Amino acid sequence: MTSPSTGPKPGPGPAGAPGRGRRPGLRPGAPAGLRTRWWVGWAFAAPALAAYAVFVLWPMVLTAQYSLYQWNGIGPSTWVGLDNYGRVFTDPELLDTILNAIRLIVFFSVIPVLLGLAIAATIRRIAASRLAVVARTVVFVPQVIPLVAAGITWSWLLSSDGLVNQLLSAIGLGGVTRAWLGDLSTALPAVGVIGAWVQLGLCTLLLLAGMSRIDPALYEAARLDGAGPLREFFSVTVPSLRQEIGVCVTVTVISALASFDIIYISTQGGPGNSTMVPGLEIFYQAFSDREIGVASALAVVLMALVLLCVLPVQRLTRERP
Amino acid sequence: MTRSISRREAALGFLAIAGTLAVGCGGPGGGGSRPSGTSPSPSAAPTIGTEPVTLKAYFETGFPLARALTDEFTRQFPNVTWDIREDQFAVITQNAPRVLADDPPDLMRLPQVSELVGDGLLLNLDGYAEVFGWSDWPPSQLEQLRVGEGGRPRGEGSLYAMGLNFSMTGVFYNRTLAERIGMAAPPATLAEFDDLLASAKAAGIVPIVQFNGGATGGFAFPLQNLMAAYGAAGPINDWIFQKPGVTIDTPSNLAAVRHLQEWIEAGYFDADANAMEYAQMMSTFMAGDALLMFNGDWESGNLDGEMPGEVGFFLMPPAEEGGPVATMSAPLTYGISANAAHPDEAAFFLDWAATDERAREIVVEVGGSHPMGLPDAHMPDVAEDSVTGQTLAAGARIAEDDGAMDFIANATGSVYAKGWTPQLQRLFAGDQDPDGLLAAVQSEYEIEAGS
Repeated sequence: MTSPSTGPKPGPGPAGAPGRGRRPGLRPGAPAGLRTRWWVGWAFAAPALAAYAVFVLWPMVLTAQYSLYQWNGIGPSTWVGLDNYGRVFTDPELLDTILNAIRLIVFFSVIPVLLGLAIAATIRRIAASRLAVVARTVVFVPQVIPLVAAGITWSWLLSSDGLVNQLLSAIGLGGVTRAWLGDLSTALPAVGVIGAWVQLGLCTLLLLAGMSRIDPALYEAARLDGAGPLREFFSVTVPSLRQEIGVCVTVTVISALASFDIIYISTQGGPGNSTMVPGLEIFYQAFSDREIGVASALAVVLMALVLLCVLPVQRLTRERP
Repeated sequence: MTRSISRREAALGFLAIAGTLAVGCGGPGGGGSRPSGTSPSPSAAPTIGTEPVTLKAYFETGFPLARALTDEFTRQFPNVTWDIREDQFAVITQNAPRVLADDPPDLMRLPQVSELVGDGLLLNLDGYAEVFGWSDWPPSQLEQLRVGEGGRPRGEGSLYAMGLNFSMTGVFYNRTLAERIGMAAPPATLAEFDDLLASAKAAGIVPIVQFNGGATGGFAFPLQNLMAAYGAAGPINDWIFQKPGVTIDTPSNLAAVRHLQEWIEAGYFDADANAMEYAQMMSTFMAGDALLMFNGDWESGNLDGEMPGEVGFFLMPPAEEGGPVATMSAPLTYGISANAAHPDEAAFFLDWAATDERAREIVVEVGGSHPMGLPDAHMPDVAEDSVTGQTLAAGARIAEDDGAMDFIANATGSVYAKGWTPQLQRLFAGDQDPDGLLAAVQSEYEIEAGS
């Protein structure tokens, strides 16, 4: 639903660029001819559409089909109707994974977007100084580091004698130190912190780009009306960033609900299933338990859940005409 | 001319296609024509011959034994070349059915075999066992590789896989730290073992480093050793082999889980256990940061190389002095695909690994474990004091006491991931009690064994 091709605005892409060795005068009649032959557009889109159909639509259809069978991936399958869906909603183990994913939204989405807004606003105010460049780089670095490396680094940072606990002990909080990824009650938040750290850079950069687009006259007008920095932020910056915030929320909510990599690297769903999420559970169901039907049903439910969360966000943040 | 397709139409279309597929075309899979339990019945032991042959093999990354053996094999039989693919064991576990079905190797490292046999993916080796004389070996070596019709129970029935060696588990200890707390000899009883842990703790040494993080609950090692100290090995094996009517939830196993819980509460394990992977455990132990580690003899060669003279090994002591000892011991499992192109040559290789003198030396020197085969077959000289020497000696003791058990983690395809691992992690976190742990594992086991 976030297809980039839906925007009707013509961009300054290569198609509109004149020159480049191709003289339009050579084929004067071409544009008019193209307009009349309706299938030419489809012909251009066909390779992409074919790839999309084969690699996206067809697997989706197959997943929906598999979800109605009990199948181990090799032998014969048995038609079970909606039983697999029944299991997804009644088996507490499977249901908990969905709840964990929803909890992760706080860390993967809410915190990065709020913090990203604050950081972007701060960086914009100091845009002229060299510190702004440094800050931008530092915040964006997690997006560049391979997730595997980040996961390993964080598991050392969060271990019982890791940097996090050393810092806590140094400021007199030795009582709360623990193996953060190994504790049933802190593992999910600890994984969430890693996610927040990764997503923050993306949000900050997107929001910063959005801010550079805001007409300075708006700020000037606000200041003339006596607005302070806080009032400026809430009355000018945030409303102007509606679209960017929408993109940030959409992307991060999807990454929270469909999370796999960060968790697979840091905890693999443990300890005691406390960080198990649907993405990982689907993987285990399909490849360890060889329950292709249940895995597919959970995948379909996850897709529906993602759409259910993302569509309202899209509607809410759509720019009003 | 142009007509846009609305979302509702698209969704309806999608549903229509899915529905047609689901109802009209029948279910996925179900080729079903694969003959289950095909068994070659050679009249004489196959030979390698002189024709050029390329054997397709699928091995486990990180364990050099299989490649060392294939190199030696090609040296002895130059007409045989190898097409080898390697993956991590977890990857092999996840892909085994697909690979065996779609791209059948002649020789493959295998995970637990029940389900593969149930799907008719493995070659029945009974015929080869007859002509090569594997049936004369101690039955316990091949027991875990025998599977009943349709994949259940395990431990009896036809032979569907072979070992390159059989590995054994126990307790590795750091000699320097052991000396510091005055350990003169390995503990002879469970009570002495407890005392050893207590004195390590009192001396400020981490008594046990054991991985229990992520998807691999390594506390299954000490737990199963405790189970065997409190009860007999037989019923535990019966449970693992899915014999009907057997439960893991027994009084002696409960006592074992309680004992493990006491160790946890006494702080005998590294505090990071629930966040620790296998590799971290190895690096902690090799850095000299813990007294003990429950692990297997596949690390013997590694420890001999990295910490020569520094590491000792003993078997988990029984509850009473002089009682029988038991521990987990399993063949390094290899099998032949039901659709393999060269099953005779692959079977010849498996027999050669257990009978050829040079092959047996490689199995001990590179693999660190005991070769398969007859008890009086050739054995290389190993320094008694080395870790390899100690684990081989311990293996002989286990054979004497008939104390070999399969791993409780191998009972069903996912009882480890869905039962033992989360439950042992919760036990360590103080979030589960011993009764609850056994009940939860048993119920997970029944879901799978019953399906």
